[in-house]
Amino acid sequence: MEFDFADEQPKLLMLMYGLVAFVLVVGGLLLLLDVVPAWFARRREAQLVAASVSGTPLARRPKQREGLFALFFLLPTLLLLTIGLVVPAIRTTLLSLMDGSSTNWVGLRNYGWMFSDSSIVRVLINTLVWVLLVPLVATGFGLIYAVLVDKARFEAVAKSLIFLPMAISFVGASIIWKFVYAYRGEGDQIGLLNQIVVSLGGEPKQWLLESPLNTLLLIVIMIWIQAGFAMVVLSAAIKAIPGDIVEAARLDGVSPWQMFWQITMPSIRPALIVVVVTLTIATLKVFDIVRTSTNGNYDTSVIASEMYNQAFRYGQNGQGSALAVILFVLVIPVVIYQIRNLRQQREG
Amino acid sequence: MTTATPTVAVGTQETNVPRTTAGRVRKRLNSRTATLVSIVIAMVWTIPTFGLLVSSFRPEDEIKTTGWWTAFTNPQFTLENYQQVLFGRSSSSGQLAGSFINSLAITIPSVLFPMAFACLAAYALAWINFRGRDWLYIAIFALQIVPLQMALVPLLKFFSTGVTLGGVTLMPAWDLVDEQKFAQVWFAHTCFALPFAVFLLHNFISQLPGDLMEAARVDGATHPKIFRTIVLPLITPALAAFGIFQFLWVWNDLLVALIFAGGGDETAPLTVKLAEMAGTRGNEWQRLTAGAFVSIVVPLVVFLSLQRFFVRGLLAGSVKG
Repeated sequence: MEFDFADEQPKLLMLMYGLVAFVLVVGGLLLLLDVVPAWFARRREAQLVAASVSGTPLARRPKQREGLFALFFLLPTLLLLTIGLVVPAIRTTLLSLMDGSSTNWVGLRNYGWMFSDSSIVRVLINTLVWVLLVPLVATGFGLIYAVLVDKARFEAVAKSLIFLPMAISFVGASIIWKFVYAYRGEGDQIGLLNQIVVSLGGEPKQWLLESPLNTLLLIVIMIWIQAGFAMVVLSAAIKAIPGDIVEAARLDGVSPWQMFWQITMPSIRPALIVVVVTLTIATLKVFDIVRTSTNGNYDTSVIASEMYNQAFRYGQNGQGSALAVILFVLVIPVVIYQIRNLRQQREG
Repeated sequence: MTTATPTVAVGTQETNVPRTTAGRVRKRLNSRTATLVSIVIAMVWTIPTFGLLVSSFRPEDEIKTTGWWTAFTNPQFTLENYQQVLFGRSSSSGQLAGSFINSLAITIPSVLFPMAFACLAAYALAWINFRGRDWLYIAIFALQIVPLQMALVPLLKFFSTGVTLGGVTLMPAWDLVDEQKFAQVWFAHTCFALPFAVFLLHNFISQLPGDLMEAARVDGATHPKIFRTIVLPLITPALAAFGIFQFLWVWNDLLVALIFAGGGDETAPLTVKLAEMAGTRGNEWQRLTAGAFVSIVVPLVVFLSLQRFFVRGLLAGSVKG
């Protein structure tokens, strides 16, 4: 029952090292950026003096200096992106063509495995269900709520309530909902869902063990978290609809229903697309919810959680990497769709 | 304009205002349904969290045998769960106080580093003229779509074995133990955050008035000077927006911490500890509920106090994109 603060000191010391490193790196960079131009300025002054003495015109090379500055400003970012993202991504692509211990080339065997192993096909199907349901339902709830509370009396509070789950970690949200789904064999139920089922005269169930229902129940968690995001973005888009359009429609005597479909929806279409695309990408990568709720058991695994299991639990680097590559490949069409939409918008 | 308004207003009175009682009732009913639906949605979104909060203050026996809704008719509340889960020394208690410090130690540098680096890069991409600038920006922007899963395996290898090219060691293995592993997590989070950070800050920095920069240039100010004295003070709101984003992301992250910090007491942040507890002690609700709230409380406070900046960042990051 005792908490020893002394155990925590090395961590705080490490945090301090981190902060010192931060000050040194960033401070050093800024200092360097101040010293270098000062040096250049001095040299240029000397040249100017020399030029004025000898009377020869001075060659101007400001372009080069600009490039040098840019290099220093960009150096940390480019270095980190290369080491931390670009090179690893290329290596992952190569690893996906090798076996589990990354020693022999196996060609496309890992990809063949993905579509022939029935448990992995199940993973792909689950991911598809996630990607189809989460963006649509979360956006739907977000949109309905944004329209309903728009200009309502307690709008700010009402929006905060839906938005709040955004601040909660996926792990925390999973625990919250696991508690809703909780099951007890005998006695009173402690989970809200089973209590509702029982009070309606049904039999309590172990919700998270029953496939395919459990996948849907995990999807509910994601929708619960993401609806707030959709709501905030769409609410801002609704508020940005020019007042005179709304006013004109109202004067023409359109019903609220017509107003929604003919004025609101077309006006917020760009924001709607952005929300759906963002949610689709986020859903593709969902990991924490599955890991915390079921650890991918009972047929609930998705690509990201299977990738973790393969690469970091079973030591199958090849198969894990192949799953990561598939994840990347699946993101690309979504992004292309968004870019095309943006371009159309700009032209139209 | 002024002449048009009255005529339209006359039209309104004839067509729009529901004259009949039925029309009025229908309109009221509509707004009633609207209110009702929004209240139902708000309740579904709040009750699960509320139930967890109530439960976290109930004694162990009560949590495990009766639903949290019975606490209103039979109130029994205690802080024992929090005491246990934070400071308990038994192996099953979680010892979340240590993880709480781990979470802080992971999060603070993971927010500061990308913020500083991205800020510098975004300035260069917006206001320094050099060849290939647009291409570089597009490349960094495009990196946003690379899922971090693509980088995990090689990056972990990079830390554990270093880099050798043709037998020459370019970089030795980091060989970090215990709390030193924080450095790996900082590094990984910084790399993964940069594309979005550069994109978000570039959005703000490139919209600063060009006249201001021009005037400063004419006065002989160099880029570093402009950056420090003009740009930085002006983009504080954008920095705050990104800071909150990154803070929430890192604090709530499970995957990166799981891989680069590991599950040991010395490094595991709250999310890793909680996920582990949910897996191995899934029925110890007295600890899970209290533990979940320990992890929620910091982001919630940050979020509620700085919501304004967060929403602004969200809108800038998603709608403009």
